[in-house]
Amino acid sequence: MIDILNILLSESFWAASLRIASPLIFGVLGALLCERAGVLNLGIEGIFVAGAMAGWMAVWLGAGLWGGVFFAMLAGAALGLIHGILTVPLGLSQHVSGLGVTLFATSLSYFVYRTSLPAVSSPPRIEPFRALDIPILSDLPFVGPVLFQQTALTWLALLLVAVIWYVMNRTPLGSALRAVGDNPDSVDAQGLSVYALRIGAVVAGSSLMALGGAFLTMSAFDAFFFGMVNGRGWICIALVIFASWQPGKALLGAMLFGAFDALQVRLQTEVGALVPGQIFLMAPYLLSILALVIAARRADYPRALLTPWFKGQR
Amino acid sequence: MGKVLALKGLSKRFGSVQANEAIDLDLNKGEVLALLGENGSGKTTLMNMLFGHYLPDTGSIDVADRQGSLQPLTLGHPQISLTKGIGMVHQHFTLAENLNALDNIVLGTEPLISFKRNTGSALKKLEKIMHETGLFAPLDVSVGKLSVGERQRIEILKALYRDVRILVLDEPTAVLTPQEADDLFDNINTMAKSGLSVIFISHKLREVLSFSQRIVVLRQGKKVGELVTNKTNESEIAHLMVGGGVKSAERETCTPGKAVLQLNQVSITGRSKRDSLFDQSLEARAHEILGIAGVSGNGQAALASLIAGLEVPENGSILIDSSEIEKPTPKKMIGAGVGRIPEDRHHEGIIGTMNLADNLIIEKLDDQEIQNFGILKRSKIKTNAAHLCKSYDVRGPGVDAEARLFSGGNIQKMILARVFEQNPKLILANQPTRGLDMGASAEVRRRLLDARKNGAAILLISEDLDEVLALSDRILVMHDGNLIPAETRDRAQIGLLMAGTAA
Repeated sequence: MIDILNILLSESFWAASLRIASPLIFGVLGALLCERAGVLNLGIEGIFVAGAMAGWMAVWLGAGLWGGVFFAMLAGAALGLIHGILTVPLGLSQHVSGLGVTLFATSLSYFVYRTSLPAVSSPPRIEPFRALDIPILSDLPFVGPVLFQQTALTWLALLLVAVIWYVMNRTPLGSALRAVGDNPDSVDAQGLSVYALRIGAVVAGSSLMALGGAFLTMSAFDAFFFGMVNGRGWICIALVIFASWQPGKALLGAMLFGAFDALQVRLQTEVGALVPGQIFLMAPYLLSILALVIAARRADYPRALLTPWFKGQR
Repeated sequence: MGKVLALKGLSKRFGSVQANEAIDLDLNKGEVLALLGENGSGKTTLMNMLFGHYLPDTGSIDVADRQGSLQPLTLGHPQISLTKGIGMVHQHFTLAENLNALDNIVLGTEPLISFKRNTGSALKKLEKIMHETGLFAPLDVSVGKLSVGERQRIEILKALYRDVRILVLDEPTAVLTPQEADDLFDNINTMAKSGLSVIFISHKLREVLSFSQRIVVLRQGKKVGELVTNKTNESEIAHLMVGGGVKSAERETCTPGKAVLQLNQVSITGRSKRDSLFDQSLEARAHEILGIAGVSGNGQAALASLIAGLEVPENGSILIDSSEIEKPTPKKMIGAGVGRIPEDRHHEGIIGTMNLADNLIIEKLDDQEIQNFGILKRSKIKTNAAHLCKSYDVRGPGVDAEARLFSGGNIQKMILARVFEQNPKLILANQPTRGLDMGASAEVRRRLLDARKNGAAILLISEDLDEVLALSDRILVMHDGNLIPAETRDRAQIGLLMAGTAA
């Protein structure tokens, strides 16, 4: 018990939790935007891969780190547009289209990577985002290392939580977004375009997802590997439900998962001799599922989620 | 008085149905025009073309601009219709339930890309409108938590907020109390005097005759009559609407029998006071219609779900035929002989994506008549459904068609068929004629009176006070989760009880 307490009180544990949570924050926010508008985006896993790949590739080709962020988001937006067009005006199954996007985006990313670097055995490295060293603040005890030694992308993730909360709850666009996911007729009757709002939300959400992927290659690591996304997209889909489609709770959910993951790594080294390591690897997922089950009992789904809307049919 | 609107030769076809055929219609400034017709006569289709939801196959629309000169309207775009000053209040609510009333009303009236909403001035404007019209609704509560009546008011406020010059109301009073409806029309007339032109769709002849200046009647997609209100009468209009006379149901005298349903001191605590019941008792007897009058959202939902078996009372007991139903479930209640006509027939009465035949058997799936060891007897179900459709006059695309494709009136007839075929001892009729036209309403009332004659106890929950007065043997008024016996049949007295202001 003392060991766990020691871990929970350590700076490195919380710093790691936030680092692990960062890509998930992007992903959950992205999925949240899509679902608030009424579109489930199971393309998330593939969009993570595409974002990771596009961002890294852009930097490797000399676009600079923020150029990489831009290209990652562009890739995500393009994939989001495909999903949006298939599911919104064409009204195809959101599950099928989303899984299709995941398969397509994953394969395309690997394909592009392999064809542009056919002869490489170990992945080429880039110079990733560095920790933002803010004078004075970084030197604060505890808070300094946890908060002020993260990279700019983590800061961006935290900022986005606030921005998206504000947009959703305090702006006309946010009202329209929430309305279109609840009852598209309400939006149509007020003369707004259901299609534009939904496609817009999916495109914006998908570019955030891609940013989550880009975090992996441009902040957490410094190269692109196959399989590096490793289910993070799917975790986000679960976390959205945990978060009841609210940005603040999305941050909480992502942090919870990050903390579980950071904890298991540390526990492995502490008591790894007694228990097989796989148990620890499993733990964050297991605990997430548990948290999800508890939270989802009261989940208040956007009422029009998964329901296509067609103009002139009511 | 200048013309503000001219529909010219509008036609619209849906598949094999000619919903509108070459309809012409004019509207003058400050005029209140009633658009009448049975369900499926094409009123809503016509108005949806005006509002831009549907694109007409042929025809054109001219609408007056601010200066009053008629200009052709670009068809098929709600946004354009809105900016030309046409507002529509839909029969099916177009409100987002997760937003509050204010956000619903303001939605689309301000630029989407903006750092904040202009709630202050919107509130001020709305309060002014609410004071002028008397249409009050809580603005800061999620619409999902409000009653149907409140949502209706928000729908109307939504249109008024946009400074419309032409207001289309699709059955605006279907969910209002008689007093509220009268108030609404008084206010509409006031607004009409100040220049607003109104088209309202209604089935209720009383309000059409009292509050319109001109009446246009549609039947089977065609305009069959145009009347000046004070030069016509009820029977002439009814004749035009149905193409023949309508017979209203005869109410015979019956002696009440033994108690079929007894509620003893039951309580339900709902999400809010409006869907709760507090220590209420009632008794419904055979050969008797017990009317529950009241404005919706005063505990009727709790009472209905209690009797439908959807909720278990926290205390008190439910007895049917003097035997107590413990921990009621829908199955137990159906088994005990309760027939249920739910309030929201589209969502609770049917499963829209299942066909009509399957919807008819859905309450008796373990009946040997329709299945053997879990295998449904398809052909039997189908012949049975065809037979029921015939005897209950359910019209539509056929027994194999999805139930959602039927009109509201026909869905209600289908539910009646399902309920009455079981010969229920107790019938829970919750708003049974809401939104139905004259023909279908008369049919529902006739069936209820038949059931009464045959010995059923009927609990009639209705917001339509005229209906409660016409059908009930005894009347209880529901207010704030309490049932108050009405000792009188005086409309004004009962109205006071409904408002909770009587001593």
